[in-house]
Amino acid sequence: MSGTEIDDRPGGAPSSARRVRRRRRIDYAGLFYIAPAVILVVVFFVIPLGMMVWMSFHNWPLMGRPRWIGLGNYATLWHDQLFWNALGFTIYYTVCATIGLLAVGLALALFVEKPRPGVSLYRTAYFLPVVVGFASASLLWLWLSNVDSGLFSPLAQRLGLTEVLYNVNAQFDSAFWSVTLMVIWKMSGFYMVILMSGLQAIPADFHEAARIDGANSRQRFLFITLPLIRRPLVLALILAVTGSMLAFDQFYIVLAGGPQNETLTAVYWIFNQSFVSFRLGYGSALSVVLLAILLVLSLVQLRLLHGQEDGR
Amino acid sequence: MSDIVTGRDAVRPHQPVRHRPPKRIRLAQQAASILVAALFLFPLVWTVLVTFKSKAESAQPPLPPWPVNGWSLENYHSLDQFGAGLMHYAENSLVIAFGTAALTVVVSTLAGYGFSRFRFPMKGAFFILILATMMVPFQSILTPLFLILTRLHLNNSLVGLILIYVTLQLPFSVFMMRNAFDAVPREIAEAARIDGARGLKLLVFVLGPLVMPGVASVGLIAFLNAWNEFLGALVFLSDQDKYTLPILVNAVRQGHFGAIDWGAVQAGVAVMMLPCLALFLILQRYYIRGLTAGAVK
Repeated sequence: MSGTEIDDRPGGAPSSARRVRRRRRIDYAGLFYIAPAVILVVVFFVIPLGMMVWMSFHNWPLMGRPRWIGLGNYATLWHDQLFWNALGFTIYYTVCATIGLLAVGLALALFVEKPRPGVSLYRTAYFLPVVVGFASASLLWLWLSNVDSGLFSPLAQRLGLTEVLYNVNAQFDSAFWSVTLMVIWKMSGFYMVILMSGLQAIPADFHEAARIDGANSRQRFLFITLPLIRRPLVLALILAVTGSMLAFDQFYIVLAGGPQNETLTAVYWIFNQSFVSFRLGYGSALSVVLLAILLVLSLVQLRLLHGQEDGR
Repeated sequence: MSDIVTGRDAVRPHQPVRHRPPKRIRLAQQAASILVAALFLFPLVWTVLVTFKSKAESAQPPLPPWPVNGWSLENYHSLDQFGAGLMHYAENSLVIAFGTAALTVVVSTLAGYGFSRFRFPMKGAFFILILATMMVPFQSILTPLFLILTRLHLNNSLVGLILIYVTLQLPFSVFMMRNAFDAVPREIAEAARIDGARGLKLLVFVLGPLVMPGVASVGLIAFLNAWNEFLGALVFLSDQDKYTLPILVNAVRQGHFGAIDWGAVQAGVAVMMLPCLALFLILQRYYIRGLTAGAVK
């Protein structure tokens, strides 16, 4: 980067280049500036990560001595049907939420991408739920979906859609879709912004050229828009998948894991084991497994990005 | 014959072709935009309106959402009855949010400056180490974090929570600030150096003002994330006196013997939500810039 700067300069370039080179010699002061950040990351990230692995080989109660049990926790985990159920549910939720978020986000992005009167107001309106916290949004939804004092059930009854008050949160399907809908309502504005930045980076000429060549709007979308926003699309995909795999707030607050513990997510199960039952070692083993799954998922998705770039 | 010619002429005037849809479609587009905006905004508006109902009215379904029997602040009063009072918990939340924002700004500005302007051994490794924090979600290291905070006597303390929140913000913030320093023309630092400004002095008085937009993005996003965070606060703060607003309102909704005071819960949601909305509307530019920084790079 500094190279181009120097090349642009006429005349006195060589001397200035030498000066730049000399100034860029090794300077330990840099270590001083990055030290606070590195210390925080080591204390609150690297050490906990190592401890997590270490703890996962122990029977580790909150009080009393931890006892080394080798792979004992992992053996227990292998037969822990409730954990695998929670993981299965989390994956189901991740698939549904990711498809919903990307589809709605992309639709919104296409809808408000081009300038027209009032468009920035619309963008702001679609984005506003994003800045509300997950806890606030969940508490809000808890109330809206409450059967007696909320909005959905009484409204459906008054509109004549249901005969009696229908308890949304009592059945798995309606409870699940109600929460997923909440997440889409709250987060799709976020994906709209990410995808919109990709859409706006596509030169208008590309669409123009394709139009002149006779491509219809569906073809233009499939063969010009989609390939050119691959990068933001993969980023959005990774964020949506990771975020959904770690879902906790909404299922804890709105459904408390119910009905019949069918909406316990993986993080929720880890939370229960570690901070309700205080089986800290077992909770760590569960975390290690979840983390491994997340890393594999992210790597697969990153491959998607790079594979495409090589092909270009 | 002639219509073909005019057809051609219409396509090749000097100004570039703008495919403006006909008026009817444009009107439909506007109507759809407004409809979708209403869908996105109605839960927010609904909640805020409902909080001004009287207590008796709050237990009824919110149809219509606005108070029918006169406006009242009863719901805010009953929220205030919980524990040490609303102001106390709002103060906890503010301390955490401001503390996180301030410390994030300081730490990430220093680190951004260091990574952008100096050459030192292992620079790349340190940078990757900080960014790697993003790959490992903090939900998965809650258990050891809990033990570390206990060991440091920072369990159940706002300071401990702030330190964790700052660490969570670092990958994004350091990345953002390094780019902000990279974008400052080298000539400016060079000129200041000749005038005798070095090190911290150079950072604070010369480069500082130039990276202000980056600082605003980093600070704003740290503030909002800390203000809204739930799981960490739920795990690390067990003393009711230390609760932040989300934990308080969650406790309120668990209610007494099954009876939930919906009015108080919604008042709590409004108290949590309105500052975020206001901050965002005022500083929108910085928020969106921070958000797209990762997507574009």
